[in-house]
Amino acid sequence: METPIVVQDVHKSFGKVKALHDISFTVNEGELFGLIGPDGAGKSTLFRILTTLLLADKGQATVNGLDVVKDYKAIRKIVGYMPGRFSLYQDLTVQENLDFFATIFNTTVAANYELIEEIYVQIAPFKDRPAGKLSGGMKQKLALCCALVHKPVVLFLDEPTTGVDPVSRKEFWEMLQRLRKKGIAILVSTPYMDEAMLCDRVALIQNGRLLEIDTPQHIIEQYNKPMWAVHAKRMYPLIQDLRSFPETESCYAFGEYLHLTLKHGEADLDKLQAYLQPKGHEEFSMHPIQAGIEDCFMELMKSEKV
Amino acid sequence: MRQFFVFARKEFYHIFRDKRTLLILFGMPVVQIVLFGFAITNEIKNAEIAVLDQSRDYYSNRLVQQLQAGSYFKIDQELQSHQAIEAAFREGRIKMVVVIPPKFGESFFHLHKAQVQLLADAGDPNTATTLINYARAIIGNYQQELNGPQAMPLTINTTVRMQYNPALKSVFLFVPGVMTLILLLVSAMMTSITIAREKELGTMEILLVSPLPPAMIVTGKVVPYIVLSFINALVILGMGVWLFGMPIKGSIVLLLLECALFVLTSLGLGILISTVTDKQQTAMMASMMGLLMPTVLLSGFIFPVESMPLPLRLLSNIMPAKWFIIILKDIMLKGSGLREVWPQSLVLCGMTLLFVTISIRKFKIRLS
Repeated sequence: METPIVVQDVHKSFGKVKALHDISFTVNEGELFGLIGPDGAGKSTLFRILTTLLLADKGQATVNGLDVVKDYKAIRKIVGYMPGRFSLYQDLTVQENLDFFATIFNTTVAANYELIEEIYVQIAPFKDRPAGKLSGGMKQKLALCCALVHKPVVLFLDEPTTGVDPVSRKEFWEMLQRLRKKGIAILVSTPYMDEAMLCDRVALIQNGRLLEIDTPQHIIEQYNKPMWAVHAKRMYPLIQDLRSFPETESCYAFGEYLHLTLKHGEADLDKLQAYLQPKGHEEFSMHPIQAGIEDCFMELMKSEKV
Repeated sequence: MRQFFVFARKEFYHIFRDKRTLLILFGMPVVQIVLFGFAITNEIKNAEIAVLDQSRDYYSNRLVQQLQAGSYFKIDQELQSHQAIEAAFREGRIKMVVVIPPKFGESFFHLHKAQVQLLADAGDPNTATTLINYARAIIGNYQQELNGPQAMPLTINTTVRMQYNPALKSVFLFVPGVMTLILLLVSAMMTSITIAREKELGTMEILLVSPLPPAMIVTGKVVPYIVLSFINALVILGMGVWLFGMPIKGSIVLLLLECALFVLTSLGLGILISTVTDKQQTAMMASMMGLLMPTVLLSGFIFPVESMPLPLRLLSNIMPAKWFIIILKDIMLKGSGLREVWPQSLVLCGMTLLFVTISIRKFKIRLS
């Protein structure tokens, strides 16, 4: 069995813009590999190079041992690709789309039904509805079905959960977990950092560069700074005050809490208390927490920018 | 083969589910042919004229009767004075005024010379000229009638026969023209738009990352339009024959084969346009500006190619439409066979081959 995806020193520029800079990574068999990064980081460009739609300026890449430039025809037979934008025929019904994509891959829906069954049963009630009239989550499930219908060896999913409600997002990731167990290597990109925890390994990409490739657990373990969750009745003045405190290293809002790290860790706590005392924040609370994957990414992205 | 069939079926779904496409495909041909056939015409029928008869004798009365005897003129008003002429023209309805001076009959028989004045509204010079010619012919006939059978000493008799279109029906010119225009539009514009649409909506991205060979993608998209264009050709021919009395003197099989050939040429052009455009809008503009305008102006559809300056005449040779119009007219009106139209057919074949070859070479197997 060949390694599903190998990328070596890939560079790509569009005019003066460096879209990808020195990208290298591998995705192993049955691995769910996440590419996490903000919009414009170069995720889609990388996907298009791997799906043989774009040529890299420099570097090599293979998919299932096939070169993305020389063997593009062979690659196109074995991969499943779901582009970032919803790219099915909006005026065809769910069933027609599925049949169409099955046929152009020389197969039938029935032949690989067991692979798509779990997803298909969810969209089956709408099978006579035009694809353009489905909800965001349904559209993505249909697109995943279409990308899976020919039983690909490698699956490329470019931002499959963008614009999808939280419940559908969760379901979608559960499906990916099950597909991975069936031995399909999956490269998935997402701008949502919380989804990183659901991947076997993740790569953080920013401004066309990979920052770190590791398992999500490792990334969290490497983060060794103490962190506090801070809360007060009025959050806006609190964040202002904390950010102007000279010993603050970082302070980001996460939901209803602020995640705070200090330059000298716990040694600065007294100073902070003395600093905040005269400001008179109501319902002030502060407790130590374990950093999550999102904190780690914020930290990584920050250090890259400096 | 199954892939191809399913692909073509998908294309039919697109066409039949989009009202706009359907309207362009089937509404436009009918509207155009009716417009060109009935509304836009250079023939003159029932032109409204005014008469200022100062003589009011038997002979002038008969002249006026003769003028309105045919279907050319309709006398709208009888004027009383020279001053009224200007006013009558200003009203705008009147295209020509016939002035018969006093003592018309008397002058004719005693002085051997009578005068009739024709005033035409030359705001539209073509109409004015045509009206004057009609009027002259009628007056000339009347003069001969008055002279009686006695022959003039020396005469040249011109016998005129309008070959291939004796009634000078402009429809005979417009039907081939409109047919060419519509086949070109439907085939070239619709195919270039439909391929550009796949690119614009991102579906081309998925189609490319599939085992489908590019040639299959293109033929799969184009074949439905070949069928529909051909149906269109039949509709236009049918309307031409039954609605406007257009003859088909030549072989109908040859005519249909030539139609099919021209459809292929236009499709080649459409595919070529689609290889260089990524947006439906661009494809449409390119087809409209790059095909429609030159075709209307340079193909001999409206303006005769022979009277154009040399550079434009040369340019007209690269219009597929010019050759197709010649073929159509020859087959339908003159009854020509392949023996006469083979050079034009060969030109169309060559163009088709050229367009398709360039398209295949330019077709992108990747996104950029």
